[in-house]
Amino acid sequence: MLAFLIKRFANAIFVMLSVSFIAFMIFRFVGDPVELMLNEQATQAQRDDLRAKLGLDRPFAIQYGTFVANAAKGDFGISFRNQQDVLAMIAERFPATFELVIVATIISLVVGIPMGVITAIRRQTWYAEAMQFTSIIGISLPSFVVGIGLILIFSVWLGWFPAFGRGETVQIGWWSTGLLTQSGRMSIILPALSLSLFQITLVMRLVRAEMLEVLRSDFIKFARARGIPARAIHFRHALRNCLMPVVTMTAMQIGGLIAFALVTETVFQWPGMGLLFIQAVTFVDVPIMAAYLCIVALIFVLLNTIVDVTYAVIDPRLRGADN
Amino acid sequence: MISGLGSKAVLAVGLATAFIGTGSMAETVRWGAPRDIVSLDPYSYGDSYTINFLNHIYEGLVRYNRDLKIEPALAESWEIVGPTTWRFKLREGVEFHNGNDFTAEDVLASLARVSDPSSPLKGNLPAYKSAAVVDDRTIDIELTGPYPLLLNDLTNIHIFDKDWLVENNAEKPTDVSAGVEGYATFNANGTGPFKLESRTPEAQTILTVNEGWWDEAQHNLTRIEFQPITSAATRVAALLSGEVDFVDSAPVQDLPRLEAATNLKVLERTDLRTVMLGFNRRDELVAGGANPMNDLRVRQAMQMAVDMDLIHDKVMRGKSRNAGTLVAPAIPGYSADLDTVVPADADKAKALLTEAGYPDGFEFDFVCTNESYVNEEQFCQAIASMWSRIGLKPRLDIGPTAKQTPKRANGQADVYTIGWATLPMLDTYSILIQMLHSKEGNAGVFNWGGWSYPEIDRLTDAAGVELDNDKRLAMETEALKIARDEIVMMPLHQQPMAWAVSSGFGDFPQFPDNKPRLWYVTK
Repeated sequence: MLAFLIKRFANAIFVMLSVSFIAFMIFRFVGDPVELMLNEQATQAQRDDLRAKLGLDRPFAIQYGTFVANAAKGDFGISFRNQQDVLAMIAERFPATFELVIVATIISLVVGIPMGVITAIRRQTWYAEAMQFTSIIGISLPSFVVGIGLILIFSVWLGWFPAFGRGETVQIGWWSTGLLTQSGRMSIILPALSLSLFQITLVMRLVRAEMLEVLRSDFIKFARARGIPARAIHFRHALRNCLMPVVTMTAMQIGGLIAFALVTETVFQWPGMGLLFIQAVTFVDVPIMAAYLCIVALIFVLLNTIVDVTYAVIDPRLRGADN
Repeated sequence: MISGLGSKAVLAVGLATAFIGTGSMAETVRWGAPRDIVSLDPYSYGDSYTINFLNHIYEGLVRYNRDLKIEPALAESWEIVGPTTWRFKLREGVEFHNGNDFTAEDVLASLARVSDPSSPLKGNLPAYKSAAVVDDRTIDIELTGPYPLLLNDLTNIHIFDKDWLVENNAEKPTDVSAGVEGYATFNANGTGPFKLESRTPEAQTILTVNEGWWDEAQHNLTRIEFQPITSAATRVAALLSGEVDFVDSAPVQDLPRLEAATNLKVLERTDLRTVMLGFNRRDELVAGGANPMNDLRVRQAMQMAVDMDLIHDKVMRGKSRNAGTLVAPAIPGYSADLDTVVPADADKAKALLTEAGYPDGFEFDFVCTNESYVNEEQFCQAIASMWSRIGLKPRLDIGPTAKQTPKRANGQADVYTIGWATLPMLDTYSILIQMLHSKEGNAGVFNWGGWSYPEIDRLTDAAGVELDNDKRLAMETEALKIARDEIVMMPLHQQPMAWAVSSGFGDFPQFPDNKPRLWYVTK
């Protein structure tokens, strides 16, 4: 078991190093931040000064080495654009992204699971067909189109929800939450809905496939034979057996949602990590871009490692396979 | 109080109402901006958007009035007491937001802070050498040499309270290399018409009116809520749904829709920014081979081939202003005599090319960005096809600014676009010294084509030390004339700009430098 763990963590570190290297290398080609940071009036001497200050005059290998050494200590440096500590900036915006992702996940489960069950047990009805059809739209529409559409309908036409921002927030320690205020709750609905649309479809299809599988199995047939009501069979016996893969997938998707929330955040001006990243791109703010990629990669790697380790704990055969 | 309103209005007013509470005459501007400000420290770096926003909180010794002419602000008057010494008489009875009195010591501390070697803003005060307090209300500023544009520069140097800087250990500017975040990055204490209530970066910055402002307020606002909304479509939606009531960058394609909305009005005009084309003037083209663009006839042909009226009508939808010279009419140094557009004449252009020895044209790199200027991609394509018509073979290269700027700055472009507004100085000297002057020392930073006109250099250098305003402007105009005759740069147009505000506002002046000055706004 110990050897397995060590191997998993070595893998994780290798992935992180590769990601940071690729990120750092790519960002060397996005352009020159100095040209974007100074105004028309700046002299050549000032430009050279700033370049030296930002460390851009040093060789690539040294810049990367410093970056990795500092990043390992949790120090991602100072943002080129607004001179603040990058990690602090990301930490400040993390709660916004996390709340958005959690609410989106809850919506996708609350809506997706019943839809999956219904489409599985009422396969022939028109409304099951309609749900199936709508889910294709949900999976194929780009999220910025969905976002703009929601804003147009619910903010501009109906005036029910705000079009942008996070509303009022309450500070609890270092965590800022919008879920405790009315305007915060109103603000999260549209972006969370837009982010969860893809997820709903995924959950629905997974539940449907699992349900169809389970409903064919012997213990359901026996339950039916014993005269247990259909409702109890579907929701207590069958659905419960479907939920394991749904939970696993949801856990894995959280990393993905955090990473892909950036489109939704841009559309709704949601002050999260994704918005920070997009703004960093326009200003070639390399420390923020690199830190963001590393942190998102870290979340992925951690989730994957945890899932792997959990599987290994549950199923001893997986440990054996490594030896 | 809220229950009486419709649900839409409740949402729209939402936050604002909750905060205002009892204020019956509360007049709020909710400002949906295309981007956030960088910092609350006006010296954090020379970002004019940030500096302008902070001008609501902080003030300089002098400021621009409604017509963008310089007028006294924290200084009441000034005189030139020696060739390099300016004496400023400071205003009496000015208080900072924390209640401290404004004195000459504050000016001294601010000038020391902005001119500190680590200050990112020191370039905005290039001629500054030192300052000395004469008495509480008088300060002398010593310059490195005779320099006529000190007042222009001072409009952008905001004055801090010395005691506040000392108390909060913020006398030195924030320092990128040392990773120093200053107190001033997150707090503010100025003398301006509004004071800071709260700031959440990337989300909201709230200002409230400064009741104790020294000047007679021309506005009747009590509150400004500044909210960055980067996505243009969302910004328009927020405006249409009444969640914000002012947007300082309305997308051109959405203007008809905004104009059609009954609760909005659109303010349009042309910017001070003149968009122009620059030419590679080195011996060789980027791709190699002798550079035909060093021949004046070739540049004339290229200018004549471009039909500016067509671009104005079709690409810019009639909203731009065709330019004949390199600065906009509002910029000191501008001359209407120079501002005539060269008529398009493809036949004559072709004849000129033949005369210069290029009857079949030549290939060259034409570098454009896709987001710096209004409809840039489209006008670049239009110009490229107009050139193709006289036999030239432009290789159009369009990409994001971050990618294209290093190419242009390093001479990897034969023809390129660039816009110049002369900000923050607002004087022709800005473009002369930064772009038209030969690249030497600190001059010619934007001389991306590598040309050298000794006569322009001479006039620029002389204008830079000429204290007689009329003489100085005459020299600047003369330099612009040479630039026009020699087609050093080929002017295209001043681009359109648009603001949209809710129709509830009375006076909402729009400025050609695209900087909102809300202390002139009434609701």
